[in-house]
Amino acid sequence: MGAGFTRKKIRICLRIRVYLKTEKGLWVMKHIAIGILGAAALGFMASAASASTLDDVKAKGFIQCGTNTGLAGFAAPDDKGEWKGIDVDFCRAVAAAVFGDGTKVKFTPLSAKERFTALQSGEVDILSRNTTWTINRDTALGLNFVGVTYYDGQGFMINAKKLPGVNSALQLSGAAVCVQSGTTTELNLADYFKANKMEYNPVVFEKLEEVNAAYDAGRCDVYTTDQSGLYGIRLTLSAPADHVVLPEIISKEPLGPAVRQGDDQWYHIVKWTYFALLQAEELGITQANVDEMKTSDNPEIKRVLGQEPETKIGTDLGVSNDWVVNIVKAVGNYGEMFERNVGTGSPLKIARGINALWTKGGLQYAPPIR
Amino acid sequence: MASQEVLRVEPSRGSFINDPKVRGMVFQAVVVILLVASVWWIVNNVIDNLQRLHIASGFGYLKSRAGFDISVSAIPYTSDDTYGRAIVVGLINTLIVAVAGIITATIIGFIIGIGRLSRNWLIRKICTVYVEIFRNIPPLLVIFFWYSGVLAVLPVVRESIGLPFGSFLNQRGFYLPRAIWGDGSWLIFVALLVGIAMAWFVARTARQRQMATGQQFPVFWTSLALIVGLPLLAYVLSGFPLTFDFPKQSTFNLTGGFHIGPEFLSLYLALSCYTAAFIAEIVRAGILGVSKGQTEAAGALGLRPGSILRLVVVPQAMRIVIPPLTSQYLNLTKNSSLAIAIAYPDLTATAGTVLNQTGQAVENVLIMMVVYLVISLVTSAVMNVVNARMALVER
Repeated sequence: MGAGFTRKKIRICLRIRVYLKTEKGLWVMKHIAIGILGAAALGFMASAASASTLDDVKAKGFIQCGTNTGLAGFAAPDDKGEWKGIDVDFCRAVAAAVFGDGTKVKFTPLSAKERFTALQSGEVDILSRNTTWTINRDTALGLNFVGVTYYDGQGFMINAKKLPGVNSALQLSGAAVCVQSGTTTELNLADYFKANKMEYNPVVFEKLEEVNAAYDAGRCDVYTTDQSGLYGIRLTLSAPADHVVLPEIISKEPLGPAVRQGDDQWYHIVKWTYFALLQAEELGITQANVDEMKTSDNPEIKRVLGQEPETKIGTDLGVSNDWVVNIVKAVGNYGEMFERNVGTGSPLKIARGINALWTKGGLQYAPPIR
Repeated sequence: MASQEVLRVEPSRGSFINDPKVRGMVFQAVVVILLVASVWWIVNNVIDNLQRLHIASGFGYLKSRAGFDISVSAIPYTSDDTYGRAIVVGLINTLIVAVAGIITATIIGFIIGIGRLSRNWLIRKICTVYVEIFRNIPPLLVIFFWYSGVLAVLPVVRESIGLPFGSFLNQRGFYLPRAIWGDGSWLIFVALLVGIAMAWFVARTARQRQMATGQQFPVFWTSLALIVGLPLLAYVLSGFPLTFDFPKQSTFNLTGGFHIGPEFLSLYLALSCYTAAFIAEIVRAGILGVSKGQTEAAGALGLRPGSILRLVVVPQAMRIVIPPLTSQYLNLTKNSSLAIAIAYPDLTATAGTVLNQTGQAVENVLIMMVVYLVISLVTSAVMNVVNARMALVER
């Protein structure tokens, strides 16, 4: 390393300085600057994704809710294009709790296969899509189920006109069975036929509409999914009266909304929205009487509706203190939601059964709001 | 002082930035650094996010029990097998439909392509209509067309259309008798192999003789007699060991026999018809690419039109046809992933189910991508070999 190296270095430095003053040099500098800014923006995006869901939701002004692509009673657009169903109403309830306005929600219809990836990747904030709560989904999939909005079980539907004499699922050996891919239904089906030493031919579709169309066209003898789903789907078939749901229930299907793991605040908001719906029904608070109820003498009702002086229940949760009032105003209590979408007020006419409140012999039970 | 010598040996050529050698190296280094950095950033980000979201990762799940059934499987598979095996079942289904589709599409494509150049007005127009219809409809719609067509037009199981040889056609697909090979049937396969070998030998000898003496030999009919006749003879000699299992009506479906589902049929027909339209255009372009003088010269030598096509035009056209044909084969293979819309359990469908049951999206998508990549690269490699052999040997 002698004087020559130093001379060369100086020369290079001078050349670079001269070069940078030319037009081309300016152009290069500009692009380097843009590149650095772009990289910084990417880094910023990566960190923004990990901010709290509540802040994200508030910033964008609405909740993105993942629902079914069209299942009567749970999530289906009506003839005016408005989403109806118990699952979409649940998302409206969360929107009411967060924003005081049940309409601040946008729906993303998801197939059974897409649903978990959509929630994991942050495409939706809540997955409210008649999804069965299992240990695998709670652990390995990185989800948190908030509760059971509908206790269901898997059943079978057949065309009684084409298959007279079949009145039990145990007679189905050799049948072609239509089923949606990537569901617990698909797994229960395999287990049930194996346990009963029967054979079957699965016809597996990705989208609910495709399964419906194939079953209606006679591609398979049997349709299997959750019983509530079967009643809903039967209504959409070309001749609903020809089809019967077989009596066997072959599995437990606790359906409920789920959120991502790792955000306890958001998990609590969604979970307690569900409990608030139950609590409102238990206390007799309905969409019609919620304003009167605010002046009730019952201390429990006053507490739940946020009318206690200096109450902090709502703000501790991260929402306003009148969150329950907003929820009930937007969608009613759990019982109203049920009857309107799947119960006597709907074409499905499903009885409350085990979905009744615990006080009426059902399984729906909320921890106290205090 | 060494550097001064270097400076003297290599006199300055103006700006250091304008030195193409230095510039090239700098740019390449920058690209490599950027590439490595972005890959590293992506991988790191994925791992970080998976951990933050508490999502399981790694490929260990491939060894767990799958728990779901697959309707069509070429290898033994039950719900007790592993996720890994389920993906392999899907891969084999993809390969079956791709290979069957490629063969059929090539045959239809060549017929239509040559038909478009026919002197017969009606044949020419029919082929043009075929190409214009199938080339201009998205493949998914073609698949739906066949699938809905099959479901809508064919009768229910109880009213199956009876076809010759005890086979049936209904909404649930195509039911054929299944051959059951009895004792001694190995002789038939041996006879078939011997027949093929002899036919190949006859063809070679005949070609050599024609080269040497100009005399022709009826290769086609001799080969046919050898390939069909020898196994038939073996069948009679070994005491008719072949029996058939015919499909029979049961409570729900036809049972027994060999069953091809409507999902496979519609996917296979749709992919074949769709890709054949493109292959037809490639074949037409290839034939038109052969100079008209070749045809005229062959005609002047006294060859008949069929022979001109077979011996002069097609061999030269193949040089133009094969490279774009490779792309069409790759397209067909990749389009087979549209099977997901009609319940044919191909790779995308089964790996998709695995994805959903395990929740391991990144790993599964990676597997799918790698598998399709390997299939495509192997196809390309095979076609490159074919192309090299077909290339004009210039003298």
